[in-house]
Amino acid sequence: MNAIQKHILGIGLMLAVFAIGSSSLVVVTENATRDKIAENERQALLNAINILIPANEYTNDILADTIEIAPNKQLATTKPTTVYRARQNQQPVAAIFTTIAPNGYSGKITLLVAVYQTGKLAGVRVINHKETPGLGDKIDERKADWITQFSGLTLNNPAPSQWAVKKDGGQFEQFTGATITPRAVIQAIKNALHYFEQHQHDLFLAHGKTPS
Amino acid sequence: MTEHYQTIIRDGLWKNNPALVQLLGLCPLLAVSNTVINGLGLGLATILTLVASNGLVSLFRHHIPDEARLPVFVMIIASIVTVIELSMNAWFHELYLILGIFIPLIVTNCAITGRAEAFAARNPVGPALVDGLMMGIGFTAILVLLGAMREIIGQGTLFSEAHLMFGESARYFKFIVIDDYRGFLMALLPPGAFIGLGLIVALKNVIDAKQVTKTVQTTVASPAIVENQ
Repeated sequence: MNAIQKHILGIGLMLAVFAIGSSSLVVVTENATRDKIAENERQALLNAINILIPANEYTNDILADTIEIAPNKQLATTKPTTVYRARQNQQPVAAIFTTIAPNGYSGKITLLVAVYQTGKLAGVRVINHKETPGLGDKIDERKADWITQFSGLTLNNPAPSQWAVKKDGGQFEQFTGATITPRAVIQAIKNALHYFEQHQHDLFLAHGKTPS
Repeated sequence: MTEHYQTIIRDGLWKNNPALVQLLGLCPLLAVSNTVINGLGLGLATILTLVASNGLVSLFRHHIPDEARLPVFVMIIASIVTVIELSMNAWFHELYLILGIFIPLIVTNCAITGRAEAFAARNPVGPALVDGLMMGIGFTAILVLLGAMREIIGQGTLFSEAHLMFGESARYFKFIVIDDYRGFLMALLPPGAFIGLGLIVALKNVIDAKQVTKTVQTTVASPAIVENQ
């Protein structure tokens, strides 16, 4: 082996040492933080659910009482999503599930919807969106309380024709300079209520059943 | 030694500011500077990463083979960013929920590789840490300034959504600069970021040019005084 080859080999070895060193650092940290992160995420999810359904309205372990539903046209989901079921003494109280408004101004808007057994909306929150800052992003509860007005509504309250922004003859405010975003969200919520009405029974079946 | 540190501080904050002079890290800078709070969030996360990466690179500078230094820097920075992200997620979860979205953006910040290459790889740990801190603060200052400009022009407020970073009590930090403002969307969108940064860079150049004329004038003026005497 000549000098150049030795030199290259030396560099390669040092590179390997640094690669092993930095990946071990990541492995050690990942190991040390894995449980804590899982616990934090569980807590964050539980907090998000409890904002929609107060913890005193159900008695089951809601994060364990779930069912997976296949991608659905009405919910505009493209991947399987999880439904969380709230029950009081084994009796269904409400279902919490994900729905998507596919036609936002800048792409998909993901919503978490909670519906009571009676078909009444417990609440809606936007969990993910890319709407314009300062205009369409008022659908986010952190920016404005627009999204909270849906709590307590049903498919017939307001009347079906009123399930639209004011510009389209409905009862919900649009935002100055942004009509597309609230229109998409309202449509998605309405679709979610229709979905719940049609699949209510299946959603509370035992684990593992996947209504489509 | 103290003079050396003073140079490092002046370089980071003004003379060689990463955002204004080196024009590094523009991708996160332009993307996240639409409000003061967003700018501050990215700035803090960048300071943390810059200090850690400068420190580590400097610590191993005698062991890093010169020909393969860039891949080594990339490995060090990528693992630091991952470690910071995981640790924050686990132990500072509240902070993570705020800064978390900025952390992946930091990997795209070439200011960090730039400082590893230009400074940390050639200097002892102490100056390297100070350099990281000062470059980070210089970067953060521009982010906050640009954020303030865009927020005022774009939506007529300052410190909106401060509660995302400082907790519920900070919800009232929001300061309405212009009442009943209709908003100017362009300032909030990417073009506003480019124009705003351009204006700040121009302002810095004007200030620097003025200072140069001043020093030239004093040096020209003093021999004249000597002659008069």
